[in-house]
Amino acid sequence: VCIHRVRSCSSIRFIKSKYVCVFDKSALKFSHQQRLFRTSAVSCGQIVQFKLSDIGEGITEVTVKEWYIKEGDTVSQFDSICEVQSDKASVTITSRYDGIIRKLHYSIDDIAFVGKPLVDIEIDASKGVASEEDVVETPPMSHEEHTHQEIKGHKTLATPAVRRLAMENNIKLSEVVGTGKDNRILKEDILNYLAKQTGAILPPSPKAEIAPPQRKAEAVLAAPKDKARKIPVPVSRPIEFAGKDKTEPVTGFQKAMVKTMSAALKIPHFGYSDEIDLTQLVQLREELKPLAEIRGVKLSFMPFFIKAASLGLLQYPILNASLDENCQNVTYKASHNIGVAMDTEQGLIVPNVKNVQVCSVFDIAVELNRLQSLGSAGQLGTSDLTGGTFTLSNIGTIGGTYAKPVILPPEVAIGALGKIQVLPRFNSKGEVFKAQIMNVSWSADHRIIDGATMARFSNLWKSYLENPASMLLDLK
Amino acid sequence: MVLQSLKNCLWLSCVLRTPKACFWSTASGGLIIQSVSNDVYQNLAVEDWIHDHMDLEKQQVLFLWRNSPAVVIGRHQNPWQECNLRLLRQKNIKLARRRSGGGTVYHDLGNINLTFFTTRKKYERMENLKLIVKALKALRPQLDVHVTDRYDILLDRQYKISGTAAKLGRTSAYHHCTLLCNADKFLLSSVLKSPFKGLKSNATPSVPALVKNLFEEDPSLTSEMLLDAIAKEYAVQHQIDHHITLINPADETLLPGISDKTKELQTWEWVYGKTPKFSVSTCLNMVYKDSILDVKVNMDVKHGRIEVCNIDLPEQWLPPGLYSELVKSLTGSKFCPNETTALVTTLLRVCPQDNELHTRWSLLCENIIRLM
Repeated sequence: VCIHRVRSCSSIRFIKSKYVCVFDKSALKFSHQQRLFRTSAVSCGQIVQFKLSDIGEGITEVTVKEWYIKEGDTVSQFDSICEVQSDKASVTITSRYDGIIRKLHYSIDDIAFVGKPLVDIEIDASKGVASEEDVVETPPMSHEEHTHQEIKGHKTLATPAVRRLAMENNIKLSEVVGTGKDNRILKEDILNYLAKQTGAILPPSPKAEIAPPQRKAEAVLAAPKDKARKIPVPVSRPIEFAGKDKTEPVTGFQKAMVKTMSAALKIPHFGYSDEIDLTQLVQLREELKPLAEIRGVKLSFMPFFIKAASLGLLQYPILNASLDENCQNVTYKASHNIGVAMDTEQGLIVPNVKNVQVCSVFDIAVELNRLQSLGSAGQLGTSDLTGGTFTLSNIGTIGGTYAKPVILPPEVAIGALGKIQVLPRFNSKGEVFKAQIMNVSWSADHRIIDGATMARFSNLWKSYLENPASMLLDLK
Repeated sequence: MVLQSLKNCLWLSCVLRTPKACFWSTASGGLIIQSVSNDVYQNLAVEDWIHDHMDLEKQQVLFLWRNSPAVVIGRHQNPWQECNLRLLRQKNIKLARRRSGGGTVYHDLGNINLTFFTTRKKYERMENLKLIVKALKALRPQLDVHVTDRYDILLDRQYKISGTAAKLGRTSAYHHCTLLCNADKFLLSSVLKSPFKGLKSNATPSVPALVKNLFEEDPSLTSEMLLDAIAKEYAVQHQIDHHITLINPADETLLPGISDKTKELQTWEWVYGKTPKFSVSTCLNMVYKDSILDVKVNMDVKHGRIEVCNIDLPEQWLPPGLYSELVKSLTGSKFCPNETTALVTTLLRVCPQDNELHTRWSLLCENIIRLM
């Protein structure tokens, strides 16, 4: 007799396996109790050897390729246990029982034999019915319907999982035709019965994470026929969220980002933001877009932003510099390799356009197209992703106006561009007009860059974009 | 489960090759369906869906499909071992892992796929292949085609024109096979040749074979003709009407849950992550400043991630701190060029800014990435 079973089964059961010890003898007095419920499982805690069933086509041996469970895992009937392969056929082996896996007879790549034990499962007879918190309240009569079926004097069998399924769906077992051994009612029989009723495709039953509230809802208040036993009234409890936290190690690219951002934290950032009126640029781009398309290039605003930044860097080269580790030396980089932040499946990657100082707006557009298509295909090379000296992040394509970008070492400055919004502004005549406004938020390394420098650079950049014709004067 | 209600009201609209959103035919015994999509992931998802949701007791199903260029590896295979991944990426050829066993195949529109769905009890590959041979012979009696005991179909006793694989579940099973009509043989042989050296694994290996297109044997044959002939023979053998119902694998109302299945088949975790454990043992020959460095690399890869990583560099070639940082970062990371590129370039940001160092780092990393 399992004493362990007594302690864990605090709920009142109407059905008792012959072998489960009785903690409340009065329960046996009820009339329906005389029909003892027999399950296919034997007493609690018995180890059953689940043998590898026939694969068909006269196959006698297979190779074990993957285990879906490990020793100690709990399985339900029909859960996948492992994947085996035999001569170009991959077979999913599912469990015939509810229980706990106690032993795996094979390792990966071992040969397994049909008819020999595959796993040992400890059958848990009473597991499928109710958990500790639930109180299974059903009038004895209806419970009887759910659990027993007498056809021509034979008792009909159904496993605890099947009984629960029937109960949850208010199905009378007597109305279900059992197709298992000895007319046993299987899970499929219940599902088939349900399908016929609703005429709907049933999705595979979800894991019982949400089971507790469901069962509570279906618990029917008992008609007090069982006087000798105290039946507590079910208390309405709020639905418990059974979601679980998931912990994963930080690996690969994420790890590298952690390192980089931690290094970035050491840089004293200061921010500077401004508003740019892009009305003229929007118009200019509309005119130039078809010309670029003829040449097979998609023209966005970025090439203009990038070229204007490079022109600004010519006047304020300290923004295109790098400070060494000990803050002893500042290196002014000759090339303007302007990085463009891209959001990919990996996360944030920053390919850069090399030598913008000698590129035309069109050249930049071509290069951007190339980087963007490689980026989305996940095929950017190391040279595309290294050597950057200054970065622009167009967060506006996703949304947002103001941002506080983080400088990417070993650079000393970064700009975040918000989305372009149509807003009312006053012109020189004092009239209100529709302006295309974009916000820019710069961050710079305050150890070598001062606010005034950043502001002047930003003003110059802004003037090029607000009046694109002025770019022509300084284009190299 | 069959949609009983739809069955009743939409039966009349199911006529020959109709694209209507109903393929539940009341004709018992069998059902022939054809996919309107050429996307390998969508089509594989349809197979999964039928396998998981359809009741095959009353009717068996024949599913006809074709894919735009793709390489499909078996459930327990190793993509690095089976195909030229770099070439695939260059040519934009998709890589998919199917749920059935067997070897690697190249798909394009000149290659047709046939899936025979039955209950587990009625799973019988030979019968299906004999059906195909019968259909071919009915179409072109002079064709010398026969089924081998390895479940291949051979043309002229030497050229493989069909490969087979199967999947068995608890209650249902499917057997699918290819049929070479007019595929790009040149591309086929180049993508299915892996340049990888030093790979040790217990993954199912593919058995290479001489192939030939049926089109080469008889230029009057087209994929459509072959599909039709096979469907006709299936209809005769299952005593059903020669109806082919078209289905759209993107139709969520007809196939609820199909988009999730399609997405899952495209995840890195499925395509690469399901590779059985393998080890890489190779030597990088790096050309550096007029000399060649031999760098031994050993890696153990499990679930597509680097479990153990050893790089045998000449001492002090990289500062020790940086070297250990590289090894530490690679451990646990995906055996994937994209991920590794992003990783090493990001790590470079926190290295001392030294051109020499950067050159060495880039050289080493590029060579390692080339392995993937």
